[in-house]
Order: sequence, then structure tokens, then C-alpha cells
Amino acid sequence: MSIASSPTVGPSPRRSAPRGASFEPVFKALCFAAATALLASLGGVLVSLVIGGWPALARFGVGFLTTSTWDPVKEVYGAAGPIVGTLITSALALAISLPVAGGVAFFLVELCPSVLRRTIGTAVELLAGIPSIVYGMWGLFVFAPFFSRHVELPLMAAAPPGSLMETLVQGIPNGSGLLSASIILAIMILPFMAATLRELLMTVPPQVRESAYGLGATMREVVMTVTLPYVRRGAIGAVMLGLGRALGETMAVTFIIGNSHDFPKGVFDSGSTIASTIANEFTEATSPMHTASLIALGLVLFLITFTVLALARLMLRNQARL
Amino acid sequence: MAVSSARIAGRRVGNAVFVGACVLVTVLALAALAAILWSLASQGVGGLNLAVFTKSTPAPGSPGGLANAIVGSIMLGLLAMAIAVVIGILAGTWLAEYAGDSRYGSAVRFLNDVLLSAPSILVGLFVYEILVAPFGGFSGLAGGVALALLAAPVITRTTEDVLKLQATALREAGVALGTPVWRVIGKILWRSGASGIITGALLAFARISGETAPLLFTALNNQFFSLDMTKPMANLPVVIFQFALSAYDDWRRLAWAGALIIAVSVLGVTIIARILSQEQKRS
Repeated sequence: MSIASSPTVGPSPRRSAPRGASFEPVFKALCFAAATALLASLGGVLVSLVIGGWPALARFGVGFLTTSTWDPVKEVYGAAGPIVGTLITSALALAISLPVAGGVAFFLVELCPSVLRRTIGTAVELLAGIPSIVYGMWGLFVFAPFFSRHVELPLMAAAPPGSLMETLVQGIPNGSGLLSASIILAIMILPFMAATLRELLMTVPPQVRESAYGLGATMREVVMTVTLPYVRRGAIGAVMLGLGRALGETMAVTFIIGNSHDFPKGVFDSGSTIASTIANEFTEATSPMHTASLIALGLVLFLITFTVLALARLMLRNQARL
Repeated sequence: MAVSSARIAGRRVGNAVFVGACVLVTVLALAALAAILWSLASQGVGGLNLAVFTKSTPAPGSPGGLANAIVGSIMLGLLAMAIAVVIGILAGTWLAEYAGDSRYGSAVRFLNDVLLSAPSILVGLFVYEILVAPFGGFSGLAGGVALALLAAPVITRTTEDVLKLQATALREAGVALGTPVWRVIGKILWRSGASGIITGALLAFARISGETAPLLFTALNNQFFSLDMTKPMANLPVVIFQFALSAYDDWRRLAWAGALIIAVSVLGVTIIARILSQEQKRS
């Protein structure tokens, strides 16, 4: 820029400014405005959630977070049920998905014959592209009946009366509930985490891996003590990005979680998450306080996911950008 | 000697178990993909016929199709992409060419990454607050803006990455000829990075075409054929949501057909994007 506008030297001292030079500041301002618009939209999300949810927060105070009565008829709203539901389903989904994603990534990087590598890698990434509503329909119509017949009913029959297991597996065995929702969520975040982990493991310099193998280490030892520790910051970031997705996922969960606002009693019991509650009730909200309570729920979700995503990005910052 | 060979045997067994587990979970993951695609194909193809593409959504029990929802989805997607491409490319260009290491630049970069994976339902609530509640009604316009907010961060990110990959010599060559920087960007950098930027836009399009949650509070739905962006607008995801949870068999069949249409188009766009990015790598 400074080169283009510096006084001309050489044979033609009176050369005019290059064509279009006056547009330069305008272009730069446009680019700056676009970047600022993105920043403003994230800020706008926060501000609009605070303003929209304020009536509910002002009226119920801390009780909004700690009580679980959600009653649109009596106008009493406590969000503990959906908040706990969100945290439980996300944590379970992560617990199921993480070992599988790790296994897929290790398989692709260390074991897979190169003929299959691209095909399987692509297939796993395509799984990430399937819209969440498809996962929801599959969960409700295909997975839930299967899960009810082959997992819930046998487990409930096998649980000894009065044991901890009986408490854990109580609920209506119709295939929908907290655990089903967690499994669908796990399938949804799996491809993303597996692809990210694989990319990270590929960044390990070949000499590091080859030295370990050269010392006689087995594959398990190479992965667990050399390559995985090499990328651990990035790996933690990838896991937290997956967690962020699970926390905010709406449609797949709405189909299969059963949508009850009470505190879930067991893993087969129906529950709700913040996102599923908003999706189900927002357009049918009966009063301004109902709408405000739903938006306040959105604010809670925003704060949880923003924290998780921000931490994830900080972790990933020093690794290759993914 | 005996001890060490026992240890080696132990390590071998441990390794075999580990390798077996890795193979097993990979097979499981692929099986899940196959199961989902199989359900989609077997349930969806049965519902597909010409009427799906030519007739509007029916009342329960009467024949009909998804024409209004398909057209609505295309219009919402085009509006969203028109907004997102402009904002995304300009913002990405600013980050790559003008922001440098400035604090504001890093802040935008960081928050854009957060926005990239923010829950879409919250974006829906935001657009509801600024475009639906104040103007007294759901509209296709609001739906398009909500989708644009989800697509723009993806395009910003890929544009920045692609521009940063371009050789500095290209910029210097342009500037040395006395070209203003904005023309260097427009005529040289954008062109040499075109396939990468297009890939980013395609991926963004794939991401928003299946989005349901933000449309629930913005475009809502419309039982009839409508091209009016200021009114509620039919769209595939919301129709699928409504029909799938209904108790009518013919509505559910349409929902599966709609899900198949969305999945096939998303997968198609993703594959085109991958081919493009591979060609770019090769050249």
C-alpha cells in the first residue's frame, strides 16, 4: 500500500495515481466492516438473550437454576431439569464417543492399509455431513425400537429388585430417554472427533513414530506413550469441541429424549435438554413469562457452550488450525 | 530370561487386544453409517415419486408432495449464501490481508471460531429477537438471515486460510506494477484461491441446508406454495420435523422422502467440495 502511494520516481515524474487507488480505503473499510459484523453478531446473540430472558431471571433469581418445576399453567419456571439433562446427555455421549473416535483415528493412522485409508476416512467424514434431523428420525424410528427390544427390556428383567441397578434402569421401556439420546449424540459427534484426532496424529513427525517402533515398541505403546502425548493439547481441544456440539445439538435429541421436564430418575427415563425444550415450546409459548423463561434457558446454554468452545479454541491454538 | 519373555508375551497380548479394539470400533462406526444410509434409502425411496416434486404439502390423508418445501429451502439457502458469501469473503480477506497480528484481528479470529460451532438454536433465538418479534411475524427473510449467520463463519475461515496460503511474491508482483492493493486482492489473490474459496462456500451450504432448529423460530413453515420472502416460508427441515412426529403414515412417508432428498444433496455438495479441494492440492 505504501509502495503504491509513494511519490513516483524515475522517468515520468508527473505520473498520475494508479487507476482505482481512491477505492482502496473504501475496500479496506468494507472488509473491516464485514469482520466487525461477525463480531457484532456474536455479541448480539449474548445481548439479545440477556434482554429477552431478563424478566424470568429477575423474577425467579437463582431458583431458576436450582428448582425443577416447569409449569406454564401456574407460570412457575425452574430450569434444573433441562440443565441437568443437557449435562448428563453430553457427558454420556462424550464417554461413549471418545474411545470409539480414538480407536478409529488410531486404526486409520497406524493400521489401515493405504488402499482403504482414503475410503474409510472419507466415509467417516461423510457421516459428519448428515444433517442432525436425519439422525433424529433414524433414532426415533429405527434405533429406539431396537434399543427397547434388545437392551432395555432384558436389562430391566435382569435387574434384581431393590438393587442400585434397578434404580438406574427404571423408566418406560419405549426406547426413548436419556441413554438413547446420548447414544445418538455419540454417533453424531464421533466422525468429527475421529477426523480431528486423525489430522492431529498425522502432524506427528515420522521420525518420532519410527524411532519408537525402532526401539521395539508395540503399536499400543507407540500410540499411548509417544504420538498421543505429542498432540495432547490439540486432542483435548478436539474433545471439547465435540462436547460443545453435543451440548448445543437440538433436533436429534428432541426426537428421542422423551421431552419431560422432571428430573430424570434413571438412564432409560425420559428427560429434556435446554435445546430440546426451546425447540419444542418456543413457538407455542403461552405467555410472555414463558417466552422469557425459554430465552433465559438459551442464555444458560450460551454461557455453558461459550466457555467450553473458548477453552477448546485456546487449547487448539498452538496446534495446526482445524 | 524367563521373566523377560513373559513380559514380552504380556506386551504382545496387550497390543493384540488394543489393535483388536481399534479394528472393532472402526467396524462399529462404519456399521452405524451403513445402518443410517440403509434406513434412509429403504424408507425414503419408497416415498419418492413425481408428486413429491410437483405438489405442495398435503393435509393428512390426501395426496401431496414437498414442492413448496423444496422451493422454500432453495430460496432460503440462496438468500443465506448471498449474504454469507459477501460477508465471509470480505471478513476473511480482512483477517488475512489487513489485520496482521493486531489485537482486534486476533479477537475477531477467535470469536469467529467460537461462532463456527455455536449452537444453531441460539442463532435462531437471536434472529427471532431482532427480525421476528419487532416486525410482528415469521418470515422467509428472517430464516435466510439466520442461516447466513451460520454459513458466514465457515466462509470467513476458509477464505482466510486460502489467502494465507498464496505466495507473498504474488502480492509483491502486483503492487510493484503500481496496482492498488484492493485490485491485487480482487484480480490476483481471489482468483488464484478461487477453488479453495468455492470449496468453503460449498461446505457452508452443506452445513446450512440441513439446519432445522434456527428455522423453527424464523421462517416457521407454510402449508402452501409461496415465493413471498416477507411471509412464513415452507422449508424441508421444518416440514420433516413436523411430519415425522405426526401420527399419519402418509406424512411420515413424505418425511422420509424429504430426509433422503436433503441427505443426498448434502452428501453431493460435500463430495463436489472434496473433489475441488483435491484438485487444488494437486495443482
